[in-house]
Amino acid sequence: MAFITDHILTWVAFAPALGAVLVLAAGRTPGTARRLALGAALVDFVLSLHLLRYFETGNGADQFVEHAPWLAGGKIAYSLGLDGVSLWLVLLTTFLGPLVILSAWRAIAERVREAMAFLLLLQTAMIGTFLARDMLLFYVFWEAMLIPMYFLIGIWGGERRVYAAVKFFLFTMVGSVFMLVAILWCYQQAGSMALADFLQLELSRGQQSWLFAAFALAFAIKVPLFPFHTWLPDAHVEAPTAGSVILAGILLKMGTYGLLRFAIPLFPEAALALGPWLAWLAVIGIVYGALVAMVQQDVKKLVAYSSVSHLGFVVLGLFSLTTTGAAGGVVQMLAHGLSTGALFLLVGIIYERRHTRMIAEFGGLAHAMPRFAAVFLFVTLASIGLPGLCGFTGEFLILFGTFGSGLLPHARLLTALAATGVVLGAIYMLWMYQRVFLGKLGERNRGLPDLSPREWAVLLPILVMIVALGVHPAPLLERLEPSLERILAPVAALRQTESTYGLAAGMPADRPAAAVAALKGDR
Amino acid sequence: MESHVLDTSLRWIVLVPLLGAALNGLLLRRMPRRAAGLLACAAVGAAFLLSVAAVVRLAGLEPHHRLLADSLGTWLDVAGVRVELGFAMDQLSAVMALVVTGVGFLIHVYSLGYMAHDPGYNRFFTYLNLFIFAMMMLVLGENLVMLFVGWEGVGLCSYLLISFWFNEEANAAAGKKAFIVNRIGDFGFLLGMFVLGAALLPHLGGGEGVFSFRTIAAHTHELVPWATAIGLLLFLGAAGKSAQIPLYVWLPDAMAGPTPVSALIHAATMVTAGVYMIARMNMVYVLSPAAMTVVAVVGAVTALFAATIALTQNDIKKVLAYSTVSQLGYMMLACGVGAFAAGIFHVMTHAFFKALLFLGAGSVIHAMGGEQDLRLMGGLRRKLPVTWPTFLIGTVALAGVFPFAGFFSKDEILWKAFSEGNPGLWLVGFLGAGLTAFYMMRLVVLTFFGDNRASEEVRHHVHESPATMTAPLAILAALSVVGGWLGWPHFLGGANRFEQWLAPVFAAGAGGHGASAHDAVTHAAASTEWLLAAASLSLALLGLYAGYRAYAGRATLAGKLHAFAGGRPHRVLLNKYYVDEGYEASLVRPGYALSDRVLFRAVDTGLIDGLLVNGSALLVSITSALLRLFQNGKLRFYAYVFALGAAAFVLYLALTT
Repeated sequence: MAFITDHILTWVAFAPALGAVLVLAAGRTPGTARRLALGAALVDFVLSLHLLRYFETGNGADQFVEHAPWLAGGKIAYSLGLDGVSLWLVLLTTFLGPLVILSAWRAIAERVREAMAFLLLLQTAMIGTFLARDMLLFYVFWEAMLIPMYFLIGIWGGERRVYAAVKFFLFTMVGSVFMLVAILWCYQQAGSMALADFLQLELSRGQQSWLFAAFALAFAIKVPLFPFHTWLPDAHVEAPTAGSVILAGILLKMGTYGLLRFAIPLFPEAALALGPWLAWLAVIGIVYGALVAMVQQDVKKLVAYSSVSHLGFVVLGLFSLTTTGAAGGVVQMLAHGLSTGALFLLVGIIYERRHTRMIAEFGGLAHAMPRFAAVFLFVTLASIGLPGLCGFTGEFLILFGTFGSGLLPHARLLTALAATGVVLGAIYMLWMYQRVFLGKLGERNRGLPDLSPREWAVLLPILVMIVALGVHPAPLLERLEPSLERILAPVAALRQTESTYGLAAGMPADRPAAAVAALKGDR
Repeated sequence: MESHVLDTSLRWIVLVPLLGAALNGLLLRRMPRRAAGLLACAAVGAAFLLSVAAVVRLAGLEPHHRLLADSLGTWLDVAGVRVELGFAMDQLSAVMALVVTGVGFLIHVYSLGYMAHDPGYNRFFTYLNLFIFAMMMLVLGENLVMLFVGWEGVGLCSYLLISFWFNEEANAAAGKKAFIVNRIGDFGFLLGMFVLGAALLPHLGGGEGVFSFRTIAAHTHELVPWATAIGLLLFLGAAGKSAQIPLYVWLPDAMAGPTPVSALIHAATMVTAGVYMIARMNMVYVLSPAAMTVVAVVGAVTALFAATIALTQNDIKKVLAYSTVSQLGYMMLACGVGAFAAGIFHVMTHAFFKALLFLGAGSVIHAMGGEQDLRLMGGLRRKLPVTWPTFLIGTVALAGVFPFAGFFSKDEILWKAFSEGNPGLWLVGFLGAGLTAFYMMRLVVLTFFGDNRASEEVRHHVHESPATMTAPLAILAALSVVGGWLGWPHFLGGANRFEQWLAPVFAAGAGGHGASAHDAVTHAAASTEWLLAAASLSLALLGLYAGYRAYAGRATLAGKLHAFAGGRPHRVLLNKYYVDEGYEASLVRPGYALSDRVLFRAVDTGLIDGLLVNGSALLVSITSALLRLFQNGKLRFYAYVFALGAAAFVLYLALTT
């Protein structure tokens, strides 16, 4: 087994790709293709558990590191590593992988072999993106994600699939091009493509600003941050369920992951100076996404806009530049992956039965499909941040981390505005729930079958994780915190003299004591 | 740090009801109805017995060291933010635990009968158990986050149970409204929590939970500059949960839920969570006279305001709902003037008599075949031999007649409003008390006196409820009589044991109202207290009498009241001051229009996607279409363009040099 465990990251990253080759070679019937793909995804999940098992808690550095020269005499290398941030995002990917394939069991009936191969290739690209520690390698994985997703939307999508696929592709490409230029410029300076060398660069404030802007644009489009979000509703509405789940569950996290992994630590001064702009866009996105979600007629579009709102929370947490806020951001990435992934699965389930997603077509579904309705409510509650479920853990840390941040101007105002998302989220989700599931059951929805065993198998693991992340996030945070501190260290180093968290900054030291004395005298 | 005693029974008080809900809701869904109901009752009964045992142990400790603690581990611990999954029981939690599980148990038993024929029987008991779980989390949580977990949990159960009969769109809408209005309050709660945490965090040593009540109590001096902000923000949360102005609007609609739910959640327990939270945070509130004043004024105004609406409502449950809003106002008033113990005292007595009244109303509705309109009732006195006398006891207890429970707690509040607050607050509360007596007597007369105004068929079927329903009525009636005696005041020769019991909790804050109260009674104060008590008792009796005179018999007086000033005041009250309509017109509809027309259609679809995104795509395709004209493959055209370009270049050179 040593040949696996010594190169465990490579195995975790490329097992799905091997699976894809296998599917293409041996998946002659749709059934075989599906089973092979599911097997490959399950194997990958088991391999990734090895990472969890042997991850060294308390160590914030990269672990399971692999390094091999690749191009330009080793200046460009095949370099993989895994820290606390990558660990959980990789696990999210390998966890959702088999579930996504299972969800496409019936929904994808044509060209099954290709679809399964694309899903697996996409998984390799995503895992690679989270593991790459060489900038060119990162860029290759980053761009490689586009291709399978483009085909998944463009071939197996809805009516306007080509428009949506092209839009998705172009949006992401435009941002990536600027990032590529920035990467190449840094390569000139650093003399290698290693992330570690990039981190050593001594850049002026002006240089940092331009580079940060180029990186941030690529990531902001991917998140997507307001106002770069309009590709998302189209992509979601047209994508097949499996595509939507991956898109919401993992692909969107590429943007926030990139901000955290690269934009902030590589250009700390710029992150301090320009981060507030992103924080404001994030907060606008929280409110705007929620309000626009509220007025949607199509459930899938509603969930898509809710992603804009939820991802706004993540970006806000990251640019609080506090460990607490960033930890909340990562938790929220996972929480959103689970709850929104589940919501898209659920929307897919109802679409398979009724071939519509318009809210007005439904009503009283809880009579016909009580279990489906119960699961939907459960996921809805997770999505709107009910304590005890995953959404609350993330939102709580983000908002609390941001509120007292000494590194973000107007942090309290931003937190207060963001916290309105807590109210708005309840409005759009519960109103949708009421219109779809409560009230009287219409003729057209009578006799719809409740959840099948296969659908339960897809949903149940997610429901369990939603509870686990809400009730017991401590093991996750334990493994996350040292890495976050490491990532945020360059920023913290710029502000050594001031306290980075609290409210008392700038208040005369004797005031509290005097006030207490005055009060005591009063009584 | 204060000493405390580890007591692992606390976790079971919380978890046993959860277990009941899990069994009924997940594992044993197909269990026979009877068994499901009994299982749920047993779970709450066990929680009650465990609570009693814990309280006995608590009482065995020294008064200033009365604290039981338990922990299930750490919820999270990141960057110094440490939150325990911890439980604690002090004197205040003890009172709440006993009231919640005790009254909760009685209402579970009552529901066995009330819901007997409902198809959603098992689901109902699942939710009810889940509610008790969340409520115990709320009152036993050792920090603000745990309290908030319970707080949201009870909100969820409230949502589920208000829209329990979700076939009716109106019920579903009422549940959603409750949740959303409460979320507006939670917005304040969260921010209040953040101010508190951010102010404390830099001052904490390792291992101290930042939101733990003990940490907060130990660091109050750090909070002085922020106490007003914290107090007001948390009060927004309390105003949502405890239905105070301006967030009370969800509670009357919440009556859409089954009546036992109205009794348990929307009268006796959940709605008092806001009062509990403020009492729990007394050490912060006492630091801010401004926040205290706001709490007191909002409470007093709510008490009077809701009482006026209750005067005219025709739905038996709506009258009781507005009465609950009003009584919660009294509890807030008590907290606002620093009389936290009096507020909690009223929480307890109110739980007894308001649960009694709601369950009595449920019995009436049961007897009338589902009818809730007072105008179609009447004369039920003889038909309902248990419901009638117990309902009457509840009424006089609520009206504040000596020696029933409500007299003691309400009188205590009014006295404290007078002595610790000001005569203005007292007067508002005093007037509200008069109205309370009046509207309750109106309710009693319309329900139980005169002739029955229902249809022949309904009248024929009127019957007293089964023993599972009447037994809880009898027990609650007994508690509504004697429950107030725990707080028999000094001026009547008592010792106010209730206040004494709670004193250590509220002395920890600062001023120590609770601790100083019993030796501060001077002779002059005692005579004033006598006078005020006599006045409010007289007013209660007068209100009852007036209510009787106005609505008994031919009700000509009532007609005159309704026609007063052209009937306009009556119409305004009947329509609840048009507050819901005001919210609808000023917030709901403009909010939707803004989101739909401006944000979605104009900004998103029009500006961003239309103009910027597809516009730039269009620009690219137009440009490329133009450029394509030049690439037409005709050699002669290329040569022509080339020659033209060369000529232009030469011309340019000639002109510039």
